[in-house]
Amino acid sequence: MLRGVGPDNRSDEGREEINMTVSTQSGYVVFDKVEKTYDGRVLVVKSLDLTVARGEFLTMLGPSGSGKTTTLMMLAGFETATGGDIYLDGAKINHIPPHKRGLGMVFQNYALFPHMTIAENVAFPLKVRNISKADAESKVRKALEMVQMAGLEGRKPAQLSGGQQQRIALARALVFEPKLLLMDEPLGALDKQLREHMQYEIKRLHETLGITVVYVTHDQSEALTMSDRIAVFNDGRIQQLASPDELYEKPQNSFVAQFIGENNQLRGVVKDILGGHARVEIGSSGTIEALAIQAEIGKPTIVSVRPERVEIEPASSDIAAIGRIEEVIYLGDHIRLRMNVLGNSEFIVKVRNGSNRRGFAVGDEVKIGWSLNDCRALDV
Amino acid sequence: MHPTIDQKALTRQLATAERRNKIKAFLLVLPLLLFVLASFIVPIGSLVWQGGYSDTFANALPETSKLLAAWDAKSPVSEELVKSFVTELKASKLKDPATPTRVATVVNRELSGSVSKFKQVMNASDLASPYKEKLTALNGEWEKPDLWRAMKIVSPSFTPRFYLQAVDLRLTAEGDVKPEGDENAIHLLLFGRTLMVAALVTFFCALLGFPIAYLLAHAETKTSNMLLIIVLLPFWTSLLVRTTAWIALLQQNGVVNDFLVAIGLIDNDHRLVMMYNMFATLVAMTHVLLPFMILPMFSVMKTIKPNLVRAALSLGATPWTAFWKVYFPQTIPGLGAGCLLVFILAVGYYITPALVGGQSGQLISNIIAFHMQKTLNWSLASAIATLLLIGVLLLYWLYNRLVGIDKMKLA
Repeated sequence: MLRGVGPDNRSDEGREEINMTVSTQSGYVVFDKVEKTYDGRVLVVKSLDLTVARGEFLTMLGPSGSGKTTTLMMLAGFETATGGDIYLDGAKINHIPPHKRGLGMVFQNYALFPHMTIAENVAFPLKVRNISKADAESKVRKALEMVQMAGLEGRKPAQLSGGQQQRIALARALVFEPKLLLMDEPLGALDKQLREHMQYEIKRLHETLGITVVYVTHDQSEALTMSDRIAVFNDGRIQQLASPDELYEKPQNSFVAQFIGENNQLRGVVKDILGGHARVEIGSSGTIEALAIQAEIGKPTIVSVRPERVEIEPASSDIAAIGRIEEVIYLGDHIRLRMNVLGNSEFIVKVRNGSNRRGFAVGDEVKIGWSLNDCRALDV
Repeated sequence: MHPTIDQKALTRQLATAERRNKIKAFLLVLPLLLFVLASFIVPIGSLVWQGGYSDTFANALPETSKLLAAWDAKSPVSEELVKSFVTELKASKLKDPATPTRVATVVNRELSGSVSKFKQVMNASDLASPYKEKLTALNGEWEKPDLWRAMKIVSPSFTPRFYLQAVDLRLTAEGDVKPEGDENAIHLLLFGRTLMVAALVTFFCALLGFPIAYLLAHAETKTSNMLLIIVLLPFWTSLLVRTTAWIALLQQNGVVNDFLVAIGLIDNDHRLVMMYNMFATLVAMTHVLLPFMILPMFSVMKTIKPNLVRAALSLGATPWTAFWKVYFPQTIPGLGAGCLLVFILAVGYYITPALVGGQSGQLISNIIAFHMQKTLNWSLASAIATLLLIGVLLLYWLYNRLVGIDKMKLA
């Protein structure tokens, strides 16, 4: 049993009352209009509403300074919200100090205690909870086996590689069976191959333990690989909260479209909107159709198309255009063409490197086309 | 098969290639090496040497020394010994007129009142055979063995008597070791007091310095730079001025007493005695040595990752547990370095206790200075200083065993 966490000092009536005020009943973690300012002038987190379901793997993704880490720190209790409320399992936790929240946390640089052995590190949360030595030992062993690090008990953290240290940090954060696991860019310091391996490992642990995870990263591929849902942060706000595929396929604004994956952007002005389809005039080069996601007649817009959704010389397509090849880059599994399309010379097309592919040369003019569903008119 | 490589030739080639670099490196450190040798190793060597060697007597009276060494220190002295003593003492004046006085002073340290008897011998012009009777006629003391026993003690050049004296023991003419009489036994007391003062000063410095170092290490850069300047400010002021400032503060008509009287906490007739005693020594030394504690602790605390404490808190440790079990152990290298530095400096501290310590606040270094400047007993001063050095080295060894010197971070 975890001690000190939750509403043990509150009556059941009080708990009911709190539940009433929470907007989303099913939420395990709820942010209700949470705000944070450090200097009293600029809000780094702006009126944040976010609900995390029990057992969910939610990732907060965004560039540095977007407010994602601050949000995580408020959840962990290291920063106090200057506005709004945070609920955990139905109880308001704004004023509960971090050590009473019972949350497991994994830090960017592992934060293993350098003067303790691996076993002492992992046993630390059990020791501060006064769990008996025999119990603690078996839990530590299980936790280390879980992260495949059994047999290193006597070593000091400095004797371990980065990946090993990260596993130990994970074991330490999980050994006391926390309500919630928070991870603050835990793989940031690892090399690419190890990082990918650890992503699958963390995902597997999440699935076997069924624990709720809130994960912070600025690496979009990491977010796409592991998450049930991703909250894309920018400028202190959640730009879009959706599952990985929805986020990639259906970005709601141009920031998300740009931040997740690669995107071609065609700037233009909306001429008219008919049945959810916008006609956008791209400079003087022509007019194309796009799904009207965030478009108003007469206002400027950005039409976004994924490079891999553009086809070369399609038999038939919703939208057709002519592109002049500016640059050809051979990348093994695909060929990357930089083209001038409708006056935009940064237009990228990815062509699958099949056995019957045609050759490309700089200066060639090729017909290209894409489906209307892959083409979204977004905000500027 | 690999082509066989001539291992020896290879080693030789490497040595040749590296020799030039080695010579260069050696030439670079040579000036410092010579300086250290001249200013540190040689003086310390001579210090240790002088603590066990004093040839004033043996140089002036070589024959007498030999005869004294042969004497059993009980039976009446022989005519031969007395004759040699008188003639050699008289003759020593020809080389350097100050020699007889020096010899007398050396003997006087073992038996007070000897100087006047030596003077009588020097002033007497009619000393001839039989020397023993003539000398007894001059002063009855010459018949008693005491004077001769004192001379027997000081006559050997190599002697442990200074080291014994430094720990309040004395050498008898028979070569036995006896405890010093109560009126002379002050060295052990001073050693003890010095160690206690050094330990207390170290303790207070650690107690006062830790929070300041913490503040310095965790404040914003602007604030911490400002604080650091305040910490370093004392370094830019003369030690003498700082110590004297404490006199102005603590004396009976000083600022602190005036203030306490003004706010009515103490009566004007019962002003506190805070100056020229142990209290003043402790306060002033703690103040002077505080930066040596703060700086190493600060530099270590600066490297402690803030995430560690956060991790401890997130794992359920109370703020106190997080500090004590996670933060504090990380500060040990800095704390250890600071303590070692302050302790070693405090053990040898001289000016501050000399100025503010009065009688009860005097430390071992003050007695060393006393022997150097007042009694001119350099051998005893050397012996005490050597013992102090050995004590500090022992502590250093102990520290290395407990904390590990490689973990020490000074700045």
